Amino acid sequence: MKKNMNKNYFEVLRPGINSTFQDNGRNNFYHIGIPFSGAMDNRNFLLANTISNNEINNPVLEFAYQGPKLKYIGENISINVTGNVNFKIIRKKKNLEFSCYENIILENNDCLDILSTNRSVYGYLSIGGTFEVDYYLNSCSTNTKAKIGANSGEKLEKGQIIHLKNIKKILPKNKIEYLNSKIENIRIIKGPHFDYFSKNAIDSFFNDEFNVTKLSDRMGIRLKGPKISNIKNTNIKSEGLVKGVIQITADGDPIIMLSDHGTIGGYPKIGVVISADYDKLVQIPPGSKIKFKEINLKDAETIFKLYEMETQNLISNIK
Amino acid sequence: MIKNISNLGDAALYCDFGTEVNKEINRNVINYFNNLRDSNFLGITNITPSYNKLVISFDLKLTSFAKLKKQIENLELKKINNSKNNLIEIPVCCAEEFALDIKRLQELLKINEAKIYEKFFSKNYYCYMTGFIAGMPFLGDMDKSLFAKRLETPRVKVPKNSIGITEQFCNIYTFESPGGWNIIGKTPVNIFDNKKNIEPNLINPGDTISFYPISKLEYEKKYE
Repeated sequence: MKKNMNKNYFEVLRPGINSTFQDNGRNNFYHIGIPFSGAMDNRNFLLANTISNNEINNPVLEFAYQGPKLKYIGENISINVTGNVNFKIIRKKKNLEFSCYENIILENNDCLDILSTNRSVYGYLSIGGTFEVDYYLNSCSTNTKAKIGANSGEKLEKGQIIHLKNIKKILPKNKIEYLNSKIENIRIIKGPHFDYFSKNAIDSFFNDEFNVTKLSDRMGIRLKGPKISNIKNTNIKSEGLVKGVIQITADGDPIIMLSDHGTIGGYPKIGVVISADYDKLVQIPPGSKIKFKEINLKDAETIFKLYEMETQNLISNIK
Repeated sequence: MIKNISNLGDAALYCDFGTEVNKEINRNVINYFNNLRDSNFLGITNITPSYNKLVISFDLKLTSFAKLKKQIENLELKKINNSKNNLIEIPVCCAEEFALDIKRLQELLKINEAKIYEKFFSKNYYCYMTGFIAGMPFLGDMDKSLFAKRLETPRVKVPKNSIGITEQFCNIYTFESPGGWNIIGKTPVNIFDNKKNIEPNLINPGDTISFYPISKLEYEKKYE
């Protein structure tokens, strides 16, 4: 027991639904079947690390829907939560409420209870320090399919200990006001197999609403709506995929590739979500409706520049 | 040669080498893949070769479709010896409990079990690409008499290390995964080693694979 006195750690009292360590992701391994992974909502990941005064690529704990309940043992440490998240700290049997996007000091024996993400999917926990995690192929991002990255490629489990290191002695007091805005129209660029679909199918793809189903996770979002019927072939010879690609399955349902997607796929690609809408897309919870809107490459590039400027502005406003 | 380069969304290029599936086109794809890996063009984050396409994703903060397209069009191709064209021998156990679809195949192909295996083991296979799940090799071409459709309803879980066949291709399920290929056996060899940080995958595009049969006893011994 004495030995542990100097150690700083979290004990996982409740793991949450899908809690994994993530960073910027893994480049350059698609060709051997390893997806990019990394934090799903890049902006909230960047804000979490910036508020903590961390290196931008420091590991964070990502959670979905219901987050973990963690007991903290150690010296005072700063933490912050980003996203649209309900959480509380239980200190000496008292419930303390805090806001997202501000540094909070955790004390020995505090319990951090991340109750839920609010009308969204993902949230992030960052600490003024570093989670002690394993790296694989230059990234700690956990990929539960290939069982690689932090935590031996697994989600958090009940009872496990998360060791912490490099605890910041000067506790930052950074915060920022930020409201995660919702998105209704997902903007897309036509895909290489756009002409596999009839005019009617294309019309309903852009004019009708699609439901985000429960079969959605870090690999992809499955949608249900009008069937998008194919006039050429429901299969193609398997080829490379990227984040945001919308494949139409043989059943006529759209499926959007997200950060842990399979690297190749054999369904026709009707379109690709623009980069600027990616962070907001992943935050759309099951049960919501979405609509697609077509834009051209030039506009997508301009919108991305604006999105990037907005992110940089937010980061520079953190104090 | 690349027939056409188009954009795949705003942060990827889609290079089309044709519609057929053959070694010649695929070697061309892999040659571009190796040259691009060597080129270090700014902003490239991933390059994915497949039968007859090459998908290149990039960081939109660092480069753009137009810039990279020009760079790729002006790329001077070198002969790169990255693809070692290894011959890799993979043992396969065809015991009943591993050959989940052999009965279905006998009916579908109208050939008996022994003949199916004889034909399967008599050929070497070329690796067109790896992916979908980590390290999974897509191999071809099968003998024409073994061309079989996928399962109507894919399995929710195909056991790790299963050997599957469909149409002109065969593959190895490197991880337990959903899948619709006809399973004819299982290998004790770990095709993707997630403990290895360097070259975790045993089979690379361009390699040649030779399968050979082993008994249940040998299978168990090799697994130890």
